[in-house]
Amino acid sequence: MDNIAGTKSSLTWAVHISVVILVALWLFPTVGLFVSSFRTGDQIASSGWWKALSTQEAQMSPIRVAGEEAPGADGFLIEGTLVQGDTTVSAWGTSSREPEAYAPGETADLRDGQTLTVEADSTYVLTSPETTEGTRLPRVFLTASSPPEFTLGNYEEVLTSGTAGAGILQSFINTLTVSIPATIIPILVAAFAAYALAWMEFPGRALLIAAIVGLLVVPLQLALIPLLQFHNAIGIGKGYLGVWMAHTGFGLPLAIYLLRNYMVGLPRDIIENAKVDGASDFQIFVKIILPLSFPALASFAIFQFLWTWNDLLVALVFLGADDESLVLTGRLVNLLGSRGGEWEILATSAFISIAVPLVVFFAMQRYLVRGLLAGSVK
Amino acid sequence: MNPAVLGLITIILGVGGCVGYFWASNFVLDRFLFPASGPNAGRNINRANAIRPWLFLAPALLALGLYLAYPVVATFWLSLHDRAAGGNVFVGLDNYSQMLGEAKFREAIFNNMMWLIVVPAASTAFGLLAAQLTDRIGWGSLAKSLIFMPMAISFVGASVIWKLIYDARPEGTDQIGVLNAVVTFFGGEPQQWLTIQPWNNLMLMIVLIWIQTGFAMVILGAALRGIPEETVEAAILDGASPWQIFFKIKVPQIMPTIVVVWTTITLVVLKVFDIVLAMTNGQWETQVLANYMYDKLFRSFDWGVGSAAAMIIMLLVSPILVWNVYNARKEMR
Repeated sequence: MDNIAGTKSSLTWAVHISVVILVALWLFPTVGLFVSSFRTGDQIASSGWWKALSTQEAQMSPIRVAGEEAPGADGFLIEGTLVQGDTTVSAWGTSSREPEAYAPGETADLRDGQTLTVEADSTYVLTSPETTEGTRLPRVFLTASSPPEFTLGNYEEVLTSGTAGAGILQSFINTLTVSIPATIIPILVAAFAAYALAWMEFPGRALLIAAIVGLLVVPLQLALIPLLQFHNAIGIGKGYLGVWMAHTGFGLPLAIYLLRNYMVGLPRDIIENAKVDGASDFQIFVKIILPLSFPALASFAIFQFLWTWNDLLVALVFLGADDESLVLTGRLVNLLGSRGGEWEILATSAFISIAVPLVVFFAMQRYLVRGLLAGSVK
Repeated sequence: MNPAVLGLITIILGVGGCVGYFWASNFVLDRFLFPASGPNAGRNINRANAIRPWLFLAPALLALGLYLAYPVVATFWLSLHDRAAGGNVFVGLDNYSQMLGEAKFREAIFNNMMWLIVVPAASTAFGLLAAQLTDRIGWGSLAKSLIFMPMAISFVGASVIWKLIYDARPEGTDQIGVLNAVVTFFGGEPQQWLTIQPWNNLMLMIVLIWIQTGFAMVILGAALRGIPEETVEAAILDGASPWQIFFKIKVPQIMPTIVVVWTTITLVVLKVFDIVLAMTNGQWETQVLANYMYDKLFRSFDWGVGSAAAMIIMLLVSPILVWNVYNARKEMR
């Protein structure tokens, strides 16, 4: 046993460090999105999100001097502040070729005898021998450091303004409308079938179970056109009813498979005792099997909810891609195309779309793991 | 009508309808068709019990047949017909030969094969590593749930997350994508990662590996825990090194589970569509089968070729289907 002790002392640190690295690698991408969703568009575009907590030095977009002109010692004066808030200027300039030509406090000589002085706190003084009225005032390029700043503005913009988020809120409601019925309806249908396959004797049962295992892997890609034709033929066309039915159909094999595997494991005594006492199959199912199968029902419900919430293909095909019926995933794909550069909008919208599954995931992880194990490990 | 209200009504109708159907059909069976009383009570009970399973199964079988079994046949039929030539004309295997002649299809097949090799292998390897490492440490369950978390994120959401990582800015400015930031930190030039062939395919695969590793870890972790202690102890007593214990004692014992994980991820890979659509849409030679099929079906409205592509996906899935069914039957005996 010497060996075990030796192994532990030498390897424990290595294990801890490796796990830290692994977890950091896996967490890093999501944290990036999360942090970015609280930064302004300028911040995201000018520095990496991992610098969000440190004071940042960045070159700002040019600011044109503007202000009321006042008569001064020799000519005219304009005074003011270029940037509001807690910024410290480290260098500045007046042309895009030399944006860091001057240090704070230095005075630049401009054309027509004008001079400009910018201080570290971004206050400036512009002097001019002639009146500046009607002329274009100079632009100032600032390199400034500003303290970390986080904002809820992105969320406000995405959720409330129609144009910026382009209907994220509407899509959120659409996704919710798709996923909740699509989660609830298959459960009951599957539970009855699973009970029949687990506890009733009838010819062809083994064959049916094999068929369901087979259907488990049929790609739903095959179903798109035939079912769209079918939906059009029976008159429901593209709409919520079609999506719900499609999700129900596609979710059933897993539901039946999971629930049957679970129900088979329930103690035979309970069921046989109930039968001896004169309970019918229907009563046994409703009063004994359903309550006992709660863990399996919960795990399937989580699977199906995550799957329907995150689905893109089924919603695109059976619900449509027009503005009013787009689900969150579809909206995100559109945003990636049309606003690929506006990371504040993208990051915020993406985070809104993944927030609900993440909450469900962390709240119900136990059931999810149990379901996975029941479905895969044999 | 407001869709939310419609949804609520559908839930009530759906659930109520289901319960109502099961209750009513049982009631009719037991009371009127074959009542368990009277002169034929015994025979009636047997008859009712022979019919009842089918009552329980009927809605599920109907839905399965209509939404999964029928489409396989219908898609096969569509793939042999051409819609363009005025109605559906039987064209035999023309759609398939037309598809095989397309460069984009061959690219999709080749890329899919790469996905099939890289993603299951990498996810399983990382999952095994994570499972083994987190098994013995105090905060292992926290670490597990953090690595598992990407499972809950949609493929599209993950694409947005990773696009931020691959983001590229012009040289000289601050990079906001981590990958380019690292590259420029070590003195390299920023790259447009998603346009560099053939490595852009790998960039897309990484997204799926990131998502699937947690799944592999959870399943393999449970399998590792199920290994009998004695085998490991015996190996230790015989002086096996940790590496030998892992690769020669533990891995062989969980091999069946590794196969299950591998095939499950393979199925996900074959259907991968969202990631490619959201990140490159098949440009820069990153096309895959599922996205090719979507292109054909819903952008060029070529149902024949699109269905043929879907049949290819089905063909690739079928070995796994057969294997799964074979195993399920073996287990039931």
